[in-house]
Amino acid sequence: MPGMLAPAVRRCSNGEMSRDDYRGAPVGRRIVLGMVGLGAAGVAVGASAQEKVSTALAPIGGLDEVLPGAGGFRFYSVVDEVRRRTPQTYRLTVGGLVRRPRSFTFAELQALPQTRMTRDFQCVTGWRVEDVAWVGVALPDLLDAVGVAAGAGAVRFRSFDGVYTESLTLEQARRRDVLVATGMLGGPVTHDHGGPVRLYVAPMYAYKSLKWLGGIELTRDVVPGYWERRGYDVDAWVGRSNGRNDEPT
Amino acid sequence: MSRPEWLTRFTRAERAVHHVTAVLMLVCLGTAACLYVPDLSTWVGRRNLMKTVHVWCGFALPVPVLLGLLSRAFRADLGALNRFGPHDREWLRRADRRAVADGRGIVPVGKFNAGQKLNAAFVAGSILVMLGTGTMLTFPDPWPDDWRTGATFVHDWLTLAVLAVVLGHLGYAVRDPGALGAMWHGRVRRGWAARHHAGWLDAMVKPQDPAPERSVKSGKPDSAKP
Repeated sequence: MPGMLAPAVRRCSNGEMSRDDYRGAPVGRRIVLGMVGLGAAGVAVGASAQEKVSTALAPIGGLDEVLPGAGGFRFYSVVDEVRRRTPQTYRLTVGGLVRRPRSFTFAELQALPQTRMTRDFQCVTGWRVEDVAWVGVALPDLLDAVGVAAGAGAVRFRSFDGVYTESLTLEQARRRDVLVATGMLGGPVTHDHGGPVRLYVAPMYAYKSLKWLGGIELTRDVVPGYWERRGYDVDAWVGRSNGRNDEPT
Repeated sequence: MSRPEWLTRFTRAERAVHHVTAVLMLVCLGTAACLYVPDLSTWVGRRNLMKTVHVWCGFALPVPVLLGLLSRAFRADLGALNRFGPHDREWLRRADRRAVADGRGIVPVGKFNAGQKLNAAFVAGSILVMLGTGTMLTFPDPWPDDWRTGATFVHDWLTLAVLAVVLGHLGYAVRDPGALGAMWHGRVRRGWAARHHAGWLDAMVKPQDPAPERSVKSGKPDSAKP
């Protein structure tokens, strides 16, 4: 392109540049084309390269706090600010098509049977955190505690960020690897991770694992959640939805 | 003295292309930080808004350059930025590349020095690569998973390189008020031009002012112009 432009410039007689400025190798164009080629190669082999980079950088603690590509969790929130809740001020309300609507304090959740599991956290944008330790109340145990009423076909979750929602079919919600999590990574669920209580839907992409869980409502039908109204699959099985084929978590 | 003290370095169009590209680039970097740096993304939140601003500014990034092609002066800049002559290699090789003797840079640099040329080529290449990978990430459906992860990989790591280069570019600029003025109001003083772009100064003054040409002759082959 610049080569084709040079004659036009020579015609321009304002003397702004010497012809020297147009001699020499087209290094600029080579750099641009080289970068485009490297970029394409990076797209082709980047998936395995990223894995190696993550492995290589893993021993350097704290790097994932600053580098986007260094592995670890990425923190997503759809609102500007979420008011912090402590285990003391926390309430989980469970209502809708249930026999005994009620709310749970943090201590009451911990008094229910506890389920532990160590499973991966897979985001639909491609990043994955392996072997995350989770602890909390398996959702079926919580549903048993309130009693599912006739006619209920789905479970809707609300975040106390005031905006984010998610949903599961009742059948999905009865899986034992769906957790109302009160702890992760060997400690409490921190505020940035969606604490003090968040959802963890092990077999599905991470947008199902709603943060800052504030309310659970049993409904007749599935109501699509926040990202699902923006084009994501409602049934978000890892490796079998959103056009992706990641390994199951 | 009849010689003008101020020389026009950049026309309005050239500056507009620079400024719009700069603003879009900075907004892209700022929103990228809000989307990806954990502390910032938890503090700022508003993912959907940040993503929308980032994507629109990203897609707009090549537009100022494309519109700039309407300007003859900008097209001339592209031509000059593309070509690396003997002076450029010399400039890159020498440790004293910025040295000045008798008020004149010892390397007769043209309108752009080799560092500016490398910066321009890197920015142009980056915009294209970011545009390509960004398009894949914005419209992920047609692509296989490995490519999407690869596009994320390229987009993420190139961001860090772009950030480093932009900071370097700003660093050189703020240390040189003459260069800042050139980009701000378009003009430079003759003395600044002699120190930083002696070859360009020679070419600028030659047509109107042939007399001093002989006294500052740089030994480079003369142009074919009368």
